[in-house]
Amino acid sequence: MVLKLQIDGVTVEAEKGESLIDVAWRHGFEIPSLCHHEAVAPYGSCRLCLVEITRKGRKKITTSCNYEVLPDIEVRTSTPEVERHRRMILELLLAEAPASEPLRKLAKRLGVEATRLKPHEGNECIRCGLCVRICNEIVGVNAIGFHGRGDRKETAPPYKEPSELCIGCGACVYACPTNCIRLVEKDGMREIVRWGRKLPIATDENGRPLAPRFQLRYFQELVDLPKDFYKKAPGDRGID
Amino acid sequence: MKRLPNPRELEAYRAEVSAARPPDRPAIAICNTGCRAYGSLKLFEVFRKAIDTAGLKAKVEVRPTGCHGFCECGPLVVIFPRKIFYQRVKAEDVEEVIEKTVKRGEVIERLCYTDPVTEKRYTYEDDVPFYKHQMRLLLGQNNRLDPTSIDDYIALGGYGALAKALARKPEAVLEEVKKANLRGRGGGGFPAGDKWETCRNAPGDVKYVICNADEGDPGAFMDRAVLEGNPHSVIEGMIIGSYAIGSHEGFVYVRNEYPLAVEQVDIALRQAEALGLLGKDILGSGHDFTVKINRGGGAFVCGESTALMASIEGRVGEPRAKHIHTVVQGLWDRPSNLNNVETWANVPLILGRGAEWFRSIGTEGSKGTKIFSLVGKVINTGLVEAPMGMTLRRIIFDIGGGIRDGRKFKAVQTGGPSGGCLPADRLDIPVDFDELWKHGSMMGSGGMIVMDDRTCMVDVARYFLGFLKFESCGKCTSCREGLRHLHRLVQEICDGQGSEDTIRLIEELSDTVEAASLCALGTTAVNPVRSTLKYFRSEYEAHVRDKKCPAKVCKALITFSIDPEKCTGCMVCAKRCPQECITGEKKKPHVIDQSKCIKCGVCNDVCKFESVTVQ
Repeated sequence: MVLKLQIDGVTVEAEKGESLIDVAWRHGFEIPSLCHHEAVAPYGSCRLCLVEITRKGRKKITTSCNYEVLPDIEVRTSTPEVERHRRMILELLLAEAPASEPLRKLAKRLGVEATRLKPHEGNECIRCGLCVRICNEIVGVNAIGFHGRGDRKETAPPYKEPSELCIGCGACVYACPTNCIRLVEKDGMREIVRWGRKLPIATDENGRPLAPRFQLRYFQELVDLPKDFYKKAPGDRGID
Repeated sequence: MKRLPNPRELEAYRAEVSAARPPDRPAIAICNTGCRAYGSLKLFEVFRKAIDTAGLKAKVEVRPTGCHGFCECGPLVVIFPRKIFYQRVKAEDVEEVIEKTVKRGEVIERLCYTDPVTEKRYTYEDDVPFYKHQMRLLLGQNNRLDPTSIDDYIALGGYGALAKALARKPEAVLEEVKKANLRGRGGGGFPAGDKWETCRNAPGDVKYVICNADEGDPGAFMDRAVLEGNPHSVIEGMIIGSYAIGSHEGFVYVRNEYPLAVEQVDIALRQAEALGLLGKDILGSGHDFTVKINRGGGAFVCGESTALMASIEGRVGEPRAKHIHTVVQGLWDRPSNLNNVETWANVPLILGRGAEWFRSIGTEGSKGTKIFSLVGKVINTGLVEAPMGMTLRRIIFDIGGGIRDGRKFKAVQTGGPSGGCLPADRLDIPVDFDELWKHGSMMGSGGMIVMDDRTCMVDVARYFLGFLKFESCGKCTSCREGLRHLHRLVQEICDGQGSEDTIRLIEELSDTVEAASLCALGTTAVNPVRSTLKYFRSEYEAHVRDKKCPAKVCKALITFSIDPEKCTGCMVCAKRCPQECITGEKKKPHVIDQSKCIKCGVCNDVCKFESVTVQ
């Protein structure tokens, strides 16, 4: 079902059930976010995507990632109040993960150069859980999760030990908005540094490195590929 | 037990159990829940054995009951039918109580309550000022029944409201609750009838009814007392609700730290099931309803409805956005109606006595009564039930008896850890949902912490921020990080490290924590710091400008010293000082070594000559 709403005075169309931030992004509106990714369910952790929504004459400020679009709402992606809270949230994030380069860049772009709050030196993670959601919803192996709550909350494998479930695919590395999960390949091994998972890399028949054996086997089983699929060079695999 | 197939059989059963419990029957009611902390389980056993020995078993009932409310004076014993009120009863008193009061009707003055201020003595429960000013619609049954006996409850009219409700159409029951304007007692104050109606009208065949018993506020025990003392009243309310909503499955989510509540609810559920008041075709109405118990794992945030539902589902207790309400999409994405313990316990009253009667109690916007746990520096601590609209002053001074140790009232925090602190000039505001909100605090679930002039309001804000920081689920940056920094900034002020900028930053940050957080834990968490800044700003300023703590609480800003004029050299302080940093000869003034002093205040507490000064 198609419905119409207004974003910054422009009428746009959206599907029922869509997340507001996805609709806004699709139509070219800029709303900052760190924890949202269109491939996984919205979570609402970083709080940067705050917008002002007017519905039936009532205004409220809320995050746009976990807001399902409704007909006839009026959205303002930037008001002085929204900006003020966003800047404060950026200060909070900068204090939380001062070592994150992408975060510092984003903050700078949004006009926040420094934080007045005491920084957590050396930390890069903002505990948004995008890695956890990607691992769960997209990869489907659930190798990592949350531990603890409140300011002790952290993302880690079960029992904070290298997880045997982790296939070393690196989806979390790719998704992490602050670049705090690193992937290192050395001496025929791939390591996901943050989770302490180290796996040998399989090679094809020409000895070229592919990916961890674990990961290949997982894919093979998942989509039922022939056993020697990854042995062959990409051109000989029988798919185009 | 036999199943009661219809309302007529329920009434016949009621006649039967009532006959065995004539109202003039002597009974000794002993609080066996809250007063357990004072050893009342043993007291009950001693009473039971003594009554056996005296050959009075057939004549006098020894009744283990739920909380009577006046916790300050426990263990509490009430002798029926006259309701003679005995407090601080010990096992050694039992013989005398039986000999004199039970057998001969004499009153033992020693065990009666004497008002510490007026020194007036009271014989009967209803006359004791603590009880006299209350309206105990929900708690009043607590000492009249044994919570493990459904027969006791039925004899007092229990499940009569259910029979009445089942005789009407679900829509009519819903209308009655709407008309009564019953508002949620868990803190939100949302009209329960509207909630039920939305849930009833939400699409879907499977709907759930949930009782939120995850009471987690420090110092609060309202829901605990109702569940432990009168579990059937909650269950009856839930069954009526399920009928009105069209739900057949219910959950009681109760925190595991309330083992007795879990036990009593479990017993009550089995008894109700055995009598056919739960299960299939309740009282022949065709309505089916069962209730399961879910035990919470100790997270404060699981009192938030969406986190609670996530927890029942077996997921991490984290709130989610409620743009689609839980009454439409809640537990397992099905329409789910959640109300708090006290809200459910009000339902049988409304259906039993009518919405008109219920509406006659309270204020324009808030009807009925509210239970408060009155704690802190008040003389009579305990559970208080008052009609909505009673002023803070009456609750704290008439019922609570005023401030302990002749000190001065300074503030009262209402609404639990995320409530606000109200000063003396707000004592005359009527307590209801809207008034408290208007003054920067809230009803919450009914916590009421009274503070005297020795309380530092900055320290209070620091304490509650620390609690909420610890209990935040950690999902939102604004709540997780915001509260962490707020707590640290207030701590800085307590440590004498704060400046005017610190106060400004606290204010700015509070705004964002409130506006940007997802659930009510985050959006209300700033109330303690906000309200203390609003009403006690000068205290913050004294901390940052003069580096002084006016209430002399913040250790970094005070020093203990001994006045040589007053010190008699008794040496008591020197002996008790844990740091051994007080020196001096016998009968000569003593001196505190400031470099070793940890400011614990023991010297001040033990000095009989008021020679220790705190600056």
